Amino acid sequence: MEALDKSKLLRHTTREIKERAALTVNPAKTCQPIGAMYAALGIHGCLPHSHGSQGCCAYHRSTLTRHYKEPVMAATSSFTEGASVFGGQANLIQAIDNIFTVYNPDIIAVHTTCLSETIGDDIPQIISKAEEEGKIPKGKKVIHANTPSYVGSHVTGFSNMTKAMVDYFAQSTGNTKDQINIIPGWVEPSDMEEIKRLAGIMGIRTVMFPDTSGILNGPQTGRFHMYPRGGVTIEGLKSTGDSMGTIALGQTASSAAAHALDTRYKVPFDLLDLPIGLLATDRFVDALRRMTGASVPESIEIERGQLLDIITDMHQYFYNKKVGLVGDPDQLISLSEFLVSIDMWPVHIVTGSPGKAFEKKIGEITSGSPYKVNVRAAGDMFMFHQWIKNDPVDLIIGNTYVKYIARDEDIPFVRHGFPILDRIGHSYFPTVGYKGGMRLLEKILNALMDRQDRDADAKNIELIM
Amino acid sequence: MNNMETIGLLKERERQVYLKGEQPFEMDCEKKSLAGAVSQRACVFCGSRVVLYPIADALHLVHGPIGCAAYTWDIRGALSSGPQLHRLSFSTDLKETDIIYGGEKKLYSALSELIDLYSPHAAFVYSTCIVGIIGDDVEAVCKRVSEEKGIPVLPVHSEGFKGTKKDGYRAACQALFKLTGRVDTQGINKHSINILGEFNIGGEAWIIKDYYERMGVQVVSVMTGDGRVREIEKAHGASLNVVQCSGSMTYLAKLMEERYGIPWIRVSYFGIEDVSSALYDVAGQFSDEPAIMEKTRELVKDEVSRIYPQIREYRKDLAGKKAALYVGGAFKAFSLIKALRHLGMNVILAGSQTGTKEDYEVLRELCDEGTVILDDANPIELSKYVIEKDADLFIGGVKERPIAYKLGIGFCDHNHERKIPLAGFIGMLNFAKEVHETVMSPVWRFTPRRAVGVINE
Repeated sequence: MEALDKSKLLRHTTREIKERAALTVNPAKTCQPIGAMYAALGIHGCLPHSHGSQGCCAYHRSTLTRHYKEPVMAATSSFTEGASVFGGQANLIQAIDNIFTVYNPDIIAVHTTCLSETIGDDIPQIISKAEEEGKIPKGKKVIHANTPSYVGSHVTGFSNMTKAMVDYFAQSTGNTKDQINIIPGWVEPSDMEEIKRLAGIMGIRTVMFPDTSGILNGPQTGRFHMYPRGGVTIEGLKSTGDSMGTIALGQTASSAAAHALDTRYKVPFDLLDLPIGLLATDRFVDALRRMTGASVPESIEIERGQLLDIITDMHQYFYNKKVGLVGDPDQLISLSEFLVSIDMWPVHIVTGSPGKAFEKKIGEITSGSPYKVNVRAAGDMFMFHQWIKNDPVDLIIGNTYVKYIARDEDIPFVRHGFPILDRIGHSYFPTVGYKGGMRLLEKILNALMDRQDRDADAKNIELIM
Repeated sequence: MNNMETIGLLKERERQVYLKGEQPFEMDCEKKSLAGAVSQRACVFCGSRVVLYPIADALHLVHGPIGCAAYTWDIRGALSSGPQLHRLSFSTDLKETDIIYGGEKKLYSALSELIDLYSPHAAFVYSTCIVGIIGDDVEAVCKRVSEEKGIPVLPVHSEGFKGTKKDGYRAACQALFKLTGRVDTQGINKHSINILGEFNIGGEAWIIKDYYERMGVQVVSVMTGDGRVREIEKAHGASLNVVQCSGSMTYLAKLMEERYGIPWIRVSYFGIEDVSSALYDVAGQFSDEPAIMEKTRELVKDEVSRIYPQIREYRKDLAGKKAALYVGGAFKAFSLIKALRHLGMNVILAGSQTGTKEDYEVLRELCDEGTVILDDANPIELSKYVIEKDADLFIGGVKERPIAYKLGIGFCDHNHERKIPLAGFIGMLNFAKEVHETVMSPVWRFTPRRAVGVINE
């Protein structure tokens, strides 16, 4: 065994890589229910409900709170031993009754947990029973998504709850509406806002779902609002079946709901990458244009030109830089493309979410790379760290947990993704769209240059860089 | 609750909310949360995990799907002066096939692999909800690995649904208890203690340990802050167990009393009064050695005179300000109420997640007329009362912070996310400083509740 360097927190990470079959160390994912909870928060007047033990709900609320720095409301079935033997029906019916009585949401969005999935609770049947027993007041709605924690990842849970919005609400009147659906995927509330803004200045009417802007990046009002102003409305969700089309952003998080709308109501969709970076944003704006016939206003062209200008100004600092990436599949695909387009090369790319398609896609994006590329779906951060030990990089982009690796290996680090537990502001500034691209580039270059300044001795420190 | 009906309280919750001055008072606590409640409480696993996690040279393996390991990965600033193994996250990451065919094989190979790699002094295996349902024989796997590897491998029966967080503490205590009594106790003198229920958040255990050492009292083990397996293994050699944090470790103290005849006392290290009486109480247990009490008096005098002048300064600004507190264990609430009183502040709301009937009785006696006392509160109740009572400060944990901030109220984390030590005398000073900083911050001028004519609603 190598000697332990006591200045390193992750001193226990070995350089030698051994395949592990039974074990995840330092996960690059978490479980489905938290994704379902985040998605459900993007419906106006909705209280997410965790059908499982009390701890699940507490952990999800705490993690979402730590990331978004906002109150996160959700209820739980508070499973006990009895429920685990006889099923959770009684708990859920009582919960529905209590929630409507006390918290008075418009919608309860139930997601399951490993516990309730394994004991086999049939949620639709329980919801019908609650309905029969008169526990669901008129005009109120209970929806559900199955989110077994032992399948997929938090992104799967997000996708499942997003699809449930279609399953429960979408209708078709036969008359196509002058609007499109946008499924934004698991991005920050600020990103959802930015995506709506871009469509808005093109004069396009959109229904975005889920939409956590205004909910998890709200203003300080001096009041506690159980149901803040934002979120997609029930009316909005109902109308998705009448929209001209759907733009779904991100294969993992958004394609299921888009497919459901297409299959059921013949709403055609464009499945795009998340609009992170110049090319992906171009494709997004182009899709908006093609789907609606709207023209791209000059203001958007100016934003694009500004991003391009920043890229030009900065490109000399990016030549052939090696980058390590950890995050969710949809983010990493767009980030990789963006980096490659500005002459930076992702060399170690890890997501905790399973899916071989991800590895293939990253392989395509990095096919021209001058470096050897390691990519892994269903990987973990221990593996990522080992790769870095064997082949160091110039920059790491990932969530807060990557901090320890960046510190131990002394590598510049840009926070991106979920969760970010140690910085504030990410939920207010987008990284999507042209403006988001500019912000991302500023962060990347700052990280690289701060490092150069830190390492320069007195004689070499430069005023003008 | 006749004068508090502007928000709906669940009928069943009426007896978990009390306004001091109203009669009769009998808190209906220690209940399971109602299904459908937006409770701030957690589960059995959470209880076990927070108690055991600070043991830094042990392996902590979470047996279940990934979530439970992910959410408890390094969440509590429990510092270690040596190994950092506890700050990594290990999970068997159970998948669908494991749910069908069982996870024992996976557990066995994960354990074996990790023990070979890290040579920990002990391993804890946490059972999560699903393990209780699919029926893995965790006990048998642990036993087998323990025999093969020659270290204690302890199953922690922490299936989330099998009770409350308190049951998790209990499961953790059972695992700890199995570690004790394993090595001989040579070198332990008769004026010796174990510190129980102290988790070294922000380095608090180091402060407390230093006090005891200055008093001439030997600290055999800290459970579990900056904890080491070897120390816990000889904990049965101590003469006294000093238990802080009412909920989590009393059960272990009782087990050790039964098995080893070690007496125990309950203390708190928060606030001048409580930390002083903690030290005096311990010294009082060693009355055969008068020097200990002598040194304790000196220590308390030194420490108090060092911090008091500064505390008086803070008090000038804080006198008359109003505080709300909502904490895990009620015992902490007692200390906080006294500490806040030292700062001249009034407590207008006090609540806990896990208080007992006796706890609430004490709380009632400590509180002023008109104080709202709550058990297992939800965010609506909390926000309603702090606004009604016009609080200047909220003391709570992670889920309360953004609520306080939304309302435009200063906040102090007295839970896992505190970054500076709040225990001991220096901790009281830190606490006063933090409370002063947040309460007196100029930013609250801008909050709508206080703002003078910026933008009218």
